[in-house]
Formats: sequence, C-alpha cells, structure tokens
Amino acid sequence: MQRYILRRLMQGAVLLVVLAIVVFALARVTGNPADLLLREDATAEDRAHLLKALGLDRPTHQQLLIFLKGAVRGDLGDSIRYRKPAVEVFFERLPNTVGLVSIALVGAMVVAIPLGMLAAVGRGTLVDRAAGAVAVLGIATPSFWLGIVLIYVFSIQLGWLPSARMGTPAHYVLPVITLGAFLVAGMMRLVRSSVLEVLDSEFVKLARIKGLTQTVVLWKHCLRNALIPVVTLFGVFFALLVTGAIVTETVFAWPGVGRLTYEAVIFRDYPLLQAVILLKAIIVLGVNLVVDILYAYLDPRVRYA
Amino acid sequence: MARVDTRLPLDVGPETTTAAAPAGGRGALGRLPWPSFLIIVGMLLVALGAPLLAPHSATEQSLPDKLQPPAWQDGGSTRHLLGTDLLGRDVLSRLIYGARVSLTVAAAALLAGGGIGLAVGIVSGYAGGRLDSLLMRVVDATLTFPTILIALLLAVSLGQGLRTMVIAITLILWARFARVVRGEVLTVKGRDFVALARVHGCSHVRIMAMHILPNVTNTFMVLLSLHIGFVILVEASLSFLGAGIPPPTPSWGQMVADGRGQIASAWWLSFLPGVAILLVVLAFNLFGDWLRDWLDPRLRQQL
Repeated sequence: MQRYILRRLMQGAVLLVVLAIVVFALARVTGNPADLLLREDATAEDRAHLLKALGLDRPTHQQLLIFLKGAVRGDLGDSIRYRKPAVEVFFERLPNTVGLVSIALVGAMVVAIPLGMLAAVGRGTLVDRAAGAVAVLGIATPSFWLGIVLIYVFSIQLGWLPSARMGTPAHYVLPVITLGAFLVAGMMRLVRSSVLEVLDSEFVKLARIKGLTQTVVLWKHCLRNALIPVVTLFGVFFALLVTGAIVTETVFAWPGVGRLTYEAVIFRDYPLLQAVILLKAIIVLGVNLVVDILYAYLDPRVRYA
Repeated sequence: MARVDTRLPLDVGPETTTAAAPAGGRGALGRLPWPSFLIIVGMLLVALGAPLLAPHSATEQSLPDKLQPPAWQDGGSTRHLLGTDLLGRDVLSRLIYGARVSLTVAAAALLAGGGIGLAVGIVSGYAGGRLDSLLMRVVDATLTFPTILIALLLAVSLGQGLRTMVIAITLILWARFARVVRGEVLTVKGRDFVALARVHGCSHVRIMAMHILPNVTNTFMVLLSLHIGFVILVEASLSFLGAGIPPPTPSWGQMVADGRGQIASAWWLSFLPGVAILLVVLAFNLFGDWLRDWLDPRLRQQL
C-alpha cells in the first residue's frame, strides 16, 4: 500500500512539473512573457524593471529554473488585476467554490442515484423512458444557457430567487441546480446500467430466494455494487465539476475560483491564470489521489495492477 | 493515475428513447431518428448557404435598429424575424452564420483530435507492454484533468482564433478516442489474420495500417458522430467564456454571453442561440446513438 501511494505521488509530481513547464513555455511562444505580465499602460521603464526582476533577460533554461523555484515556494507572480500575489487571490476565493461544488455534487447524487435505480427497476416503463429523455436532454443542454434561463424565469419573471453573488442560502439554489444538472444526466445513466447488471447477478437471485423484500434487495444488495462505477469514475466527474464551476460561477457572478478563472481570461491576467491552473491541477490531483487510495484500500486488485 | 475503467457494465436494454425501435420499419433506416436527421441536414444547408439565406449582414451594425424584439412580439417587425441585438445586428443572420463557425470548428477539431486519438489508440493497443501502459496513463491523466483550463490558457497566450480553438479542443478530445480505439485494437489484435500477416512478414506499420485500421473504422466513425455534439458544446462554452473565435464573427456561445446583460429587457438575445445549440447537439447525439447501434452495437457498453 505504501509503495502504491508513493508511486502515485511521484506520478502526480511528474504531471505537475510537466504542466508547469507547459505554462512556462506557452508564455514564451508568442513573444516575450513580459508583454503578458505587464499592464497595458506600462512604460518602457516598468518593462525593463520587470525583465530584470523576473530574470527575463537571462537564457531560457535559467528562466525556467527561476520560475520552478518560485513555484515550489508558492510564488506564482502577482495578479495584474488585483495587484497582489495570485496565490493569495486564489485562496481567498477557494472556500466559496468548495461550498458550491460540494452541495452540487451531493445534490446530484441524491437525485441521480434513486432515479437511475428507478429507471433500471422499471426498465422499459414510462419512468425509464422519462429518465432517459431527461438524461439525453441534460447532456445536450449548455449549462451556461440553462443558468441564464433559470435566472430569467425564477429571478426576473417570478422574482423568487436572487440571480447573482452570494449571501443567503437562497443564493445557492440556482447555481447548485445549474451545476448539478450538468452531472445528473451522466450519473443517472451510469447508475441505471450498473443496477441493471447487478440485478442480473447470482447474489441478487440468492437474496431473492432467501425471501428478502424488494426494498432490501435493492437498497442493500444492489446499490452498494451498483455504486462501484460511480466511485471509479469520480475523477472524471470531479473534472466535470471543476469545468462546470467556471461556467456556472461566471453566469451567477459567484465569487469563487471558477469566476476568477473567467476574469483571468477576459482581463488577460496571465499570472493569475497560470496560478489558477497550477493550483487547480494540484487540487484535482489531490482529490484523485485520495479517491484512488480509498479505492485501492477497498479493492486490493487495484493495488497490484 | 489508477486505471480508470470507463467501460460501463453490460447493458442490453435501450439506452435512450430513440433506441427503442418502433414496430414498423425493421431495417436500420426505419429506426433512423428522422427529426434529428432533418435538423442536421438543415444545419448543414444553412451553414453552406449562409450568404444566400441570411437576410442581413451578420456583422453590420445599425444602432437605430437596436434591440428590436422578434417579429411575433409587440414592436417586432418582419424585417428582423428574430429581432436585433444591442448593436442593431440581425439575430437570425448571426445565428445562420454562427452555424458555419460551429461546424467549421467541429469538423477541424474532430479531424485533428479524432485522428490523433485514432493513431495513439492503434499504436498503444498494438504495441502493448510499457508503451501501452505509459500512453494509457497519459490518457487517464487527460480524462481526469479539466482540460478546459489548458484551452483557456492557450486562448490567452496564443490569442483567440480558429487555430487556437482547434488545438484546444484537440487536447480535450484525443484521449476519449484513444481509450476506446485501443480497447477495440486489443480484441482485433488477437485474431488469426493478424498473426497470419505477421507470419507473412508484414511490418508492424503495415499491419497497423492495413489490417488493424480497417477493423476499427466503424468504431471510429461512431466515435466521430457521438462527439460532434460534444465538440459544439465545448466550442460554445469556450466562446461563452471569451476564449472562442474573436468578435465580430458570430458564434452561438458568444451570442449567449453577449445577451446576458440584456436578459431582463431582451430575452431573445441569449435564449435563441442557446436553443440552437441545444437542438443541434441533441440532434447530433441522437444521430450518433443510432449510428452506434447500427454500426457497432457492442460499443453501447462503453459509450
């Protein structure tokens, strides 16, 4: 187990270094990165000063070392827009996103798992058809547009819910629906097909022969096994959530790291964007690592694969 | 990355509403999702004939005409069937030209990303061993990484444009193709004709190109059709986030973003392009499902 964790940590580290080099290289593809780092109204003097401060007047391989050294110390440069360390800006916003994402994830599971089971049990019935239609629609709906439509209906026309920023619990409703809908469709399909398979297995038949009720068979015997693929694909779902959070937070002016990513793009705040990307990468890798370790702990076959 | 098993368990039931075959029409054509097919053909025609069909210029501004509602609303006129935007541009014309952008990006990105994924999948599956496990680790890492971040980074550092967009979507797309194609190659590789080709002294390259490739072509076609909708959605999302094809070229995602500020007074600006995206993606997805069931039903387990 320790060897497995160590190996995974090494892989994560390699991936991060590669990503850091990509970020470093991209800033240099189209010219001097100073142009990406400076404000538009910067003078030639500012520019010369920055070149020297960042060591941009030195050979590229030395610049890479300087950049990597800074990154290891947690220094990824200052945000142009916020005029303070990009890492600091990121961590100020992070809690807001964690709150939104975790509620959306739990909400999506609460909806998708029972729905997927219902669809599987009532295969071919109206419920199944309806769930299938919802899944097909959900996958095709652009979530940024769904968010805007929700705002139009529930905030502007009905006036029931706030449309932007944080504050009361009511502020969570629309963003959570927008972000969660993104996940529900895929998760529901997965649960459905996986329950269908489990329903056909020997141990479910045995449970039935033992005379257990449908409820017990479904919720105790089926669900546990049917959730395995959901756990396995957690990494993919998490990546979807991180992506979805960018769009959702943009639509609802949610002060989290997703909205920060968008701001970094439209204000061409390269230092902020590179910090956001590297920090998000660390979080994604960390979450995947934890999930995989849990998974390897539960299923020894993974460890020795 | 631990090997993420993206195969779904065996499922013999209808996956979507379309897969449930109607009683009549036994052949594949009988089950063709006609509404989807018509939407797709319609979009292709609209994209091709954009200059002929569009009633106005897609980029020409006319401030006196700004924010006119669609024809069926009070104050709307048949001059601008779907109304005008903040700059007085005709929404219908922009939607028509936007179809062009969506399809161009989709075609180029699928060609590039699908092609790379196909090549990686074939080499990885055929070579096996260390190369295979290395490549699949990269694939897993790509699938569990929010690649949209790289796409945004590219847009900022390389500048917005068709080329950046295609590179960005390629980065997102290739791993999905590589994974499925590799799985197919693994089953094809063990068949007798591959061993026979080897005995005949065929080179590895020849075997991959002449013997493996034709056997994964169906899978590849299905993958392509199943990902058209996905690519259109990614393109729209990137445009919405300000990292797409730069204005004034109309793109549906960009139009949704632009209309966001006027949602209270001019709902059609954001709503209509979103409906266009939804319909087209839905049509392509249903069509892809049908093609999969027809060409390569085994894939239903995976996709």
